Amino acid sequence: MGVFQQILQQMINGLSLGSIYALLALGYTMVYGIVKLINFAHGDILMIGAFIGYFVLTKIGVTPGTLIIAFLISMPLCALLGVSMEKICYKPLRNAPRINALITAIGLSFFLENGARVLPAIGPNPRVFPTLPPVTHHLLGVGLSRVQIIIFAVAVGLMLILNYIINFTKIGKAMRAVSYDKGASYLMGINVDRVISFTFALGSALAAAAGILFASAYPQVEPYMGIMPGLKAFIAAVLGGIGSIPGAMLGGFILGVAETLAKGFLSSQMADAIAFGLLIIILVVKPAGILGKSIDEKV
Amino acid sequence: MNKRLLVIIGVILILLLVLVAVFTGRRESDTIKIGTIMSMSGVVSHYGIQTRDAIQMAIDEINAEGGVLGKKVELLAEDDEKNPEKTMNALIKLATKDKVPAIIGALTSDCTLAITKEAQQRNVLLLTPTSTNDAVTDAGDLIFRSCFKDSFQGSIVARFSIETLGAQKAAILYDMNNDYSVGLTKAFQETFESLGGQLVAIESYAGGDKDFNAQITKIKAADPDVLFIPDYYSTISLVIKQVRNQGLDVTMLGADGWDELTGQAGDEAIGSYYSNHYSPDADDPDVQEFVRKYRERFNVTPNALAVLGYDATYILLEAMERAGTTDPQKVKVALMETDRKFVTGHIKFDEQRNPVKSVTMLRIVKGEDGKLATEYVGLVNP
Repeated sequence: MGVFQQILQQMINGLSLGSIYALLALGYTMVYGIVKLINFAHGDILMIGAFIGYFVLTKIGVTPGTLIIAFLISMPLCALLGVSMEKICYKPLRNAPRINALITAIGLSFFLENGARVLPAIGPNPRVFPTLPPVTHHLLGVGLSRVQIIIFAVAVGLMLILNYIINFTKIGKAMRAVSYDKGASYLMGINVDRVISFTFALGSALAAAAGILFASAYPQVEPYMGIMPGLKAFIAAVLGGIGSIPGAMLGGFILGVAETLAKGFLSSQMADAIAFGLLIIILVVKPAGILGKSIDEKV
Repeated sequence: MNKRLLVIIGVILILLLVLVAVFTGRRESDTIKIGTIMSMSGVVSHYGIQTRDAIQMAIDEINAEGGVLGKKVELLAEDDEKNPEKTMNALIKLATKDKVPAIIGALTSDCTLAITKEAQQRNVLLLTPTSTNDAVTDAGDLIFRSCFKDSFQGSIVARFSIETLGAQKAAILYDMNNDYSVGLTKAFQETFESLGGQLVAIESYAGGDKDFNAQITKIKAADPDVLFIPDYYSTISLVIKQVRNQGLDVTMLGADGWDELTGQAGDEAIGSYYSNHYSPDADDPDVQEFVRKYRERFNVTPNALAVLGYDATYILLEAMERAGTTDPQKVKVALMETDRKFVTGHIKFDEQRNPVKSVTMLRIVKGEDGKLATEYVGLVNP
């Protein structure tokens, strides 16, 4: 394998990891854009989504067709979970100081993780996620596995759909308005509560999809599986500019590629340090993130 | 009004304290309590549960024969979730609340290493059935183990890959945060190089990582004959899937942490080799007897850690019987006199309180029922 092939192969590895981060980062950034809340329980939605996929796939077997069914069941269920989380936990705190909602989010995250741990159907022990048999396609001496193709296709497809919803539908317009100025949109007759619920639903559905993709690529599901991807996706969202949707996608891809290239060409022991060091540099140069707008304090 | 509330709460608290004191104080019993700290949930739960069951089985057998020092033995099992901090909590609970004289455990090397100093200081005898890291018994003369060491195990796997598999170039992928994985890597590397082999790639990851694609791509470019992956089965099942997904066709090697992999992995594991403490299909009548009894009671073929736990229980309780007391300082002397064959082999401790035992090499094959199984390849004596 030549150096060129190695670089190309590592890019593919990085992009496939990055697209999962990107899907998850979208949820963080949308919720932040609308209610200015870092929803730390978002990574655990990925876990719930993966577990729903696990139950569906173990029940009906794995073929490309049943994989689609798993997405179709897991995404709406997680959307529902996201909306109820918002209604029960965050809505009562909407006018409280922001730190209260943040602490609630962290508490909710612990609740979901440990709740899953004690639930007999899930339990504390890792399980093997059912996957399609491995198939690898070779192109220019570079391997592209079926899982990677599925990840790309689903991630990019969902991002296009999201882009359409945000930019070309009425509810998308309302979302943009609320994120721009919540008070004014309320006065203009926009149902802010509904928009917020919709945002949570959208973000959670994407997290569920990310969960199934993550579990297909790394076939093991356990209650704490959402913590690390959640954290990385949060960083990706900040890197891209929190509140910016294209920023979250970009941030996810950059983080995935940076992490993989650091492991592949520098030192695998220092990979996380190098990847996160890069992020610090970017944030020092551009504190609002790559695509974030720095907003002057309104007085 | 507030004052009254405080008084009421105060009275309730005092009552609770008295109740707790009464109930814990009454636990004066005529049994010998033995503690065990096992990882019964989390990533190595298959080991922890089976080992606990095996220890319980040994204790039940001993109790049926009349117990130890004329008393029945009672097992207090704590779960550490393979988290060294929780192992420490479990040790403190067993040592202070239950006041056990001896503990069988912990299961994994990182958990055991976390508590050896504390156990020595608190005058609790610690006999780990399964922690293979070399440094485990360094903390003091109350720390024993009844399995082989990683430096020995790692060098056997290296020797096996050169002498039996004819490998020239090897790669290693290990967990840099795990004492077990690091110790094995060091041992494998030293022996492999001293026998004239060449290590073409040494890559690492951090415990809990799930994406190994970058490291595997790098290893693939180095084109090794064998790939040594010293870690526990749940991580291994992820690694080998990604190895095969990238189309890397290399013989994979592991150590005793691979035990139970057959229930977790798919066909990608076939043709791999690993070192272990025993093979359930060995001809040894003691092994046959143990496997039969264990299957009868728990309906599952015991893994290597279970049989080690079973042996450790007998080693410890026989030493107590010889010492005529449960005092750790006396039992420790009696333990050094251990000299007989147990299920996993002959046990006699050296000055460092480690036994000298043989290593079994196993190959993963497709069984007759279509599931993965292990096949006995050979026994390597020290």
